[in-house]
This record gives sequence, structure tokens and C-alpha cells, in this order.
Amino acid sequence: MIEMDVHKNLQSAEGPMELHMQLRLEQGCFATLYGPSGAGKTSTLRILAGLITPDKGYLAVNGKVWYDSGRAVNRPPQERRIGFVFQDYALFPHMNVYQNLQFALGRKSDPGILERLMEMISLNGLRNRKPGELSGGQQQRVALARALVQQPELLLLDEPLAALDLEARMQLQDYLLELHREFGLTTLMISHDTGEILKLADKIFVLDKGRISRQGTPGEIFASGWVSGKFRFTGEVLQIERQEVVYVVTVRIQNTIVKVVADEDDITSLRVGDTVLLASKAFNPVIYKII
Amino acid sequence: MMDWQPLLLTFELAMVTTAILFLLAIPLAHWLSVTDSRMKPLVETLVSMPLVLPPTVLGFYFLLAFSPGNFFGSWLDEWLGIKLVFSFGGLVVASVIYSLPFMVHPIQAGLASLPHSLREAAYVMGKSRFTTLRKILLPNIKKSVLTGIVLAFAHTVGEFGVVLMIGGNIPGKTRVASIAIYDEVESLNYAAANFYSLVLFIITFGILMLVYLVNGGYLKRFRK
Repeated sequence: MIEMDVHKNLQSAEGPMELHMQLRLEQGCFATLYGPSGAGKTSTLRILAGLITPDKGYLAVNGKVWYDSGRAVNRPPQERRIGFVFQDYALFPHMNVYQNLQFALGRKSDPGILERLMEMISLNGLRNRKPGELSGGQQQRVALARALVQQPELLLLDEPLAALDLEARMQLQDYLLELHREFGLTTLMISHDTGEILKLADKIFVLDKGRISRQGTPGEIFASGWVSGKFRFTGEVLQIERQEVVYVVTVRIQNTIVKVVADEDDITSLRVGDTVLLASKAFNPVIYKII
Repeated sequence: MMDWQPLLLTFELAMVTTAILFLLAIPLAHWLSVTDSRMKPLVETLVSMPLVLPPTVLGFYFLLAFSPGNFFGSWLDEWLGIKLVFSFGGLVVASVIYSLPFMVHPIQAGLASLPHSLREAAYVMGKSRFTTLRKILLPNIKKSVLTGIVLAFAHTVGEFGVVLMIGGNIPGKTRVASIAIYDEVESLNYAAANFYSLVLFIITFGILMLVYLVNGGYLKRFRK
């Protein structure tokens, strides 16, 4: 269980911003942080990892206090037992794949975990390669395996799949899900990909301007309860065109482009770049704004 | 027969200075590359001062500070039995300060060029700052460390003003090659001056050439 209630003044691209993060997360949960860039997603992960010290507040993980400004407690990252997958992977360039994993192993830990992870994430063929010789997807697998060597209480992923192509992304999603279950992890991942969130997450926190604006299951957030029917997808608005008396909205769903007809009332709340839900009532696709 | 002593003394001084600087500059450069302390600009300025200050200014203040007639000099003499004026020890102390930026700057720049995430990843794995520096950061900035070592060494070999001010010209103790050259020219002994100059020229050329070859990747087998 993670209990977090912290304040931190941040300097963002749009000037100063106060991050106020109140978050409760059950053990074993797979949660995602979702929201526009500059909303404070990465800062939240970094505060959890101890890489940023909040200005004030309280943070406890599984009953252990990691940070408490009232009692001047602030555990350094070294004492937090966290697995962190960085956006740039942060693999050590001078070490090969096996050495990267080995470095993460604590002195008293069982080296058997290395072989187990190498096996689970299919890294055995890459054992002696340096990070510079690996593809993006392979590097990401190494970073994921390395983050789990310490058998962390909490796995933090900073938008790990963003830079990968669709195939590598799908494969890593499968690995991630398998590892999350196998190790009984509590996982918190930043993601912009609604499909990915629907596939992986039990819970989603929508961040906006340093605060959690909404939270719930991905189904609750991305699909309103009153829509029935199985034909429903989330996507991104690419284009809105007027044609005679109706509008044609072009929406990207995963890697497919679809065109949907909408009337003037629907259009007023829509902009290019909006995330939308595409669903069918009877046979007419209708379109709802989500964010 | 030429007198090799000034040359040997020069290289002894350069080696001792470089060794001390190596141990001193790595923690200092590391601190400078990670800190957001308000002291940072002050420390950076002090480290860089020898780059712009005439060596004679530096030497003059060392002379005043280390002189037994002054508080610091007499304290060193009485409590530690160290005399830094006109001694090899004094040359080492002065050279360390004089060549400090040449060792600190390349290492600091090297550390600053590494992504923060490398350091943070090691911290999250439970590794101390020292282990992270030794096992992760330094192995990834070998070129910068080599540049620092060579520049500090070469700069110490080329010292003149500071040495003259604080060390004088005592054969076997403080008479390094650059001083010897000046001394020989003054007494119109051009052959001896040429000998020292030529040796310094060749060795310095050799060292710098080696650095460019290694850092440029021309000698692949030296790199890993």
C-alpha cells in the first residue's frame, strides 16, 4: 500500500507550478499516471524514488515511512527498494547485459534471480552484448530486467514504451504483465497510450497541472458507463472537416485511421489532439469527448 | 656531459603533482557536477583563477603565506615541521593549486556530459555515491580523465613563474628544467639551454600526441 500526500513547487516550461499529489495505491495494483506533459507525472515518480525531495508532506510504502516532513524523515533512494525504468533506459554503456543486471544485485542477494530474469525476458542470447549494440526494444527489456533484480516493493516506469515501434511495444506489454503477476509487484507506470493502459492497468490517475483530476479504473475513465455495446475504441482526433451539413472527424485508433460523421453539436467540444471514445449505438458510430 | 637533474626534478614534480591532483580533483569535480549549493560559483571561480592570474601573482602570495615570518608559515614550521618556501614540498603545493583547473575542468565536463539517469539508476539500486562514481561514472569518462591527467602533467612541466617565486633556483631541490633553461640563457650557455629545451619539447610533444591518438580512437587496443 502506498500512501502519498506531498507538496512540491516545481519550475515547469509554463512557469512555476505547485505539485500536490494525494495518492493511495493498494499493494499488487498496476496503476498508470496519465495526463498532458508538464502535469507532474515524472516528478511524482521521482518523489516516490527519492530522487526529488518534496517541500512538505508524507509518504509511506507498505507501512514504512519513506518521507515525513513533520518528523524530518527522508529515506535516500538507496534505502527505498525501488525498481525504476528510466525513459532513456539508463543502461550502463561500459557493461554488457549480464553485468548491467549483476550490478543491481545486492551483496547478500541470491544470484539465481539473474538467470531467472534473463530466462523470463529472453535475454540469454544478448548476455555479452553492450547496450550500444542493442535495439530500442532490447535495451528496454534489459532495463526492465535490471529494475527487477533487487525484487523491489515498487516498480516505477517512466513512459518506458513510448519510443518503441508497435510490435516491440506489444511484446514488452506482455512481459510487463507477466512480471507484474509473477513477482507480485506494485507497479506505477506513466503512459500516454490509452490502448496500453486498457490492456495493463487496474487503476488510472489522470493528472492535470500538478493534481489528480480524476481516478478510477481505465474502463471508468476512458468509457462512460452509459455507453453499451462492444464496439468501442479510444483514439485521437487528427482532423475535423466540414462537408456540406455534417462534419467528418478523422480519428487515429492505435495505428488505424477511421473517419466518423458528427453533427455540429458534437463538434463544438472537440479539438484536434483530443482523446475520444468511439462507440456504436445500434449502427451509427457516435463520438464522445474524454479529455 | 649534460646535467640531467633539472629534467628529473621537473618530471618528479609533475608526477607527484598529478598524482595528488588526481585524488583531489575527482571528488571536487564530482561535487561540482552534482551540487546546487550556493557556494558552487565561488568554488568554480577559485578553481579557475590560476587560468587567468599571472603565475607570479600566485607565486608572490604563496611566498608571503608560506614564509616563516608569517602566521601560517610559522604555524606549519612549528607544528608540522614543514618548510614550504624554497623547498620541493612548497613547489608541490604551489603546483597542485596552479594546475588544479587543468585536472578539474575536463573531469567536471565529462561528468556533466553523462545523463543524470546513470547516476540515479545506481542510487536506486542501493549503490553509494562512492561506488557509483567509481564503478559507473568514471569508467564512462575515461577520455576526460586521461585528458585531465595529461594536461595537469604537461602544465606542471611548463611551470615557470610560480616555481621561480616560491622555489628559487636551488640545484637538486627546486631547480626545475624551465628555471634551468632561463638560468643557462642568462649565462649565455646556449648549448645547455638548447638541450633542456629540446628534451622538454620532444617529451611534451610525445605525451600530447599519445593523448590525441588514444582519445581519437587511433589506438583501438588502448581504449578498452
